[in-house]
Amino acid sequence: MLSEIAFYGALETGLIYGLVAFGIYISFRVLDFPDLTVDGSFPLGAAVAAVLLLEGWNPWLATGCAVLAGMAAGAVTAILNVKLNILNLLASILTMIALYSVNLRIMGRPNIALLTEETVLTPWYDLGLDYHQVPVLLFVIVVFVSLILLWRFMKSETGLAMRATGANARMARAQGIATGGMIILGVALSNGLVGLAGALFAQSQGAADVTMGVGVIVIGLASLIGGEAVITPSTVIRALLACVIGAIIYRLAIAFALNADILGLQAQDLNLITAVLVTLAIVLPGVRTNIANRFTRKKA
Amino acid sequence: MISATDLRLTFGKGTPLENPALRGMSLTVNQGEFVTVIGSNGAGKSTFLNALAGEVMVDSGQIIVDNQDVTRLPTYKRAARVARVFQDPLAGTCENLSIEENLALAIKRGQRRGLSAAVKRQYLGQFRESLSSLKLGLESRLGDKMGLLSGGQRQAVSLLMASLTPSSILLLDEHTAALDPKTAAFVLDLTEQIIEEQKLTALMVTHSMKQALEVGSRTVMLHQGQVVFDIAGKDREGLEVKDLLGLFEKQRGLQVDDDSLLLG
Ligand SMILES: Nc1ncnc2c1ncn2[C@@H]1O[C@H](COP(=O)(O)OP(=O)(O)OP(=O)(O)O)[C@@H](O)[C@H]1O
Ligand SMILES: [Mg+2]
Repeated sequence: MLSEIAFYGALETGLIYGLVAFGIYISFRVLDFPDLTVDGSFPLGAAVAAVLLLEGWNPWLATGCAVLAGMAAGAVTAILNVKLNILNLLASILTMIALYSVNLRIMGRPNIALLTEETVLTPWYDLGLDYHQVPVLLFVIVVFVSLILLWRFMKSETGLAMRATGANARMARAQGIATGGMIILGVALSNGLVGLAGALFAQSQGAADVTMGVGVIVIGLASLIGGEAVITPSTVIRALLACVIGAIIYRLAIAFALNADILGLQAQDLNLITAVLVTLAIVLPGVRTNIANRFTRKKA
Repeated sequence: MISATDLRLTFGKGTPLENPALRGMSLTVNQGEFVTVIGSNGAGKSTFLNALAGEVMVDSGQIIVDNQDVTRLPTYKRAARVARVFQDPLAGTCENLSIEENLALAIKRGQRRGLSAAVKRQYLGQFRESLSSLKLGLESRLGDKMGLLSGGQRQAVSLLMASLTPSSILLLDEHTAALDPKTAAFVLDLTEQIIEEQKLTALMVTHSMKQALEVGSRTVMLHQGQVVFDIAGKDREGLEVKDLLGLFEKQRGLQVDDDSLLLG
């Protein structure tokens, strides 16, 4: 069985990846924009937050800056696509690669340890909760607030315009929607959420590392696809819940797999396992979701 | 009023597939006119409508809508004045949004969109009322996904959406062509009814010459990216399909003569 520590650890990262899955839901699902920028915007959020924390900034302010940095990264990808007509996937790869250098520049070194700095978690440790429950509690609140805000947004006039842009761009234009602007806004929002996730991850793990973004996109997709298999995403709220549930299930499943000695798996096998799981999810009949179709069918 | 002057547009310029789709296309449609547009395949009817809507940019010429030059404006900036219904029933609506969400998108056509709830309570009465005028029972299905509706129902809703807010011109590009004859007749009746009731200015492309003469107040025929004839009022009354064909032959003949004159 899973130890209590491993269990709370899985919940904690699961919640953080829930935020990543929100971001991926916006780009892949709402906008139909396959965006790999997240592999760069996740460590970007971590880097910005870590550097500002070292400077003694207020942790929430530092986290807010991480969100803005993530949004800027997303906006760059979207602008490459919308204004310069670069294929969306390629545009996101360009930004992702560029971010590797940017993140190194921001941090000034490959990794930063946050051991004594005050983080968003610090005040919560005084509540008298078990040490491992604190991040879970805080992240539940953050994820809940994000979910409600995103849900309200998707139901708003602008949010509906964004959904129409992804679903039927020609119709959206005919309704007077500036589809290019919507794509920029949406991809920025998506990467802002991923930047938030990176900043929280760095603070809960006590370190930021330039390589921490590797595979974030695939884990986020695994969460999204897994969640959609559990909760049919027929409405916005269900789709958002699917993101969180999927991310938590995924993390718990990984924790179990690593914990089961007979499987002989180690932490470094994680990316391989994830890639295999996502591949299975995409090709296995029955778990076919719209998002899975995206990767197998040629677009007309 | 909408007026297009000497529109020219060549697809694939400088390639072996160079294709002049509009070659000096001019047409003025006055307030309240209902113009039917005919022409053979590839005559440039869809391209003309797309140029008016802003989906394609013309190489030269001018498009004026309500005294404003919109020639260089993108689609979304013209949307406040230009309403459209597409040929493909899937094209005019979002299938994974609900009926009420589609209508909510349309009620804001060409206006600023903010952060307030898109589907507002005060809209629902209006949505139900206009949907019930379709007599398809859709007024009780506001929350249903658009994708659940049949092609004819979707096209009827598209028409509603296009007429939910005022426009300077309504563009209909063979919007009944993808429907079975009975449904097509229903959507056509609905079109006439809406245009009449709201006194809309409309441009309707059709492949049926008979329909082109029966519906609307004026008929234009396009050929090779130009208007070859334009009839309204008395000239149009009592005209039959064979007369139209005759007109077409005559015009084409004249054109050949013109060319030979030029060459000679
Ligand atoms: N996007 C495009 N790229 C290249 N050529 C195009 C494009 N759209 C239309 N054309 C060409 O322009 C010409 C006019 O096409 P258009 O679609 O306007 O004709 P149409 O009158 O609507 O015909 P139909 O009755 O078949 O709908 C055709 O030769 C067509 O092949
Ligand atoms: Mg056509």
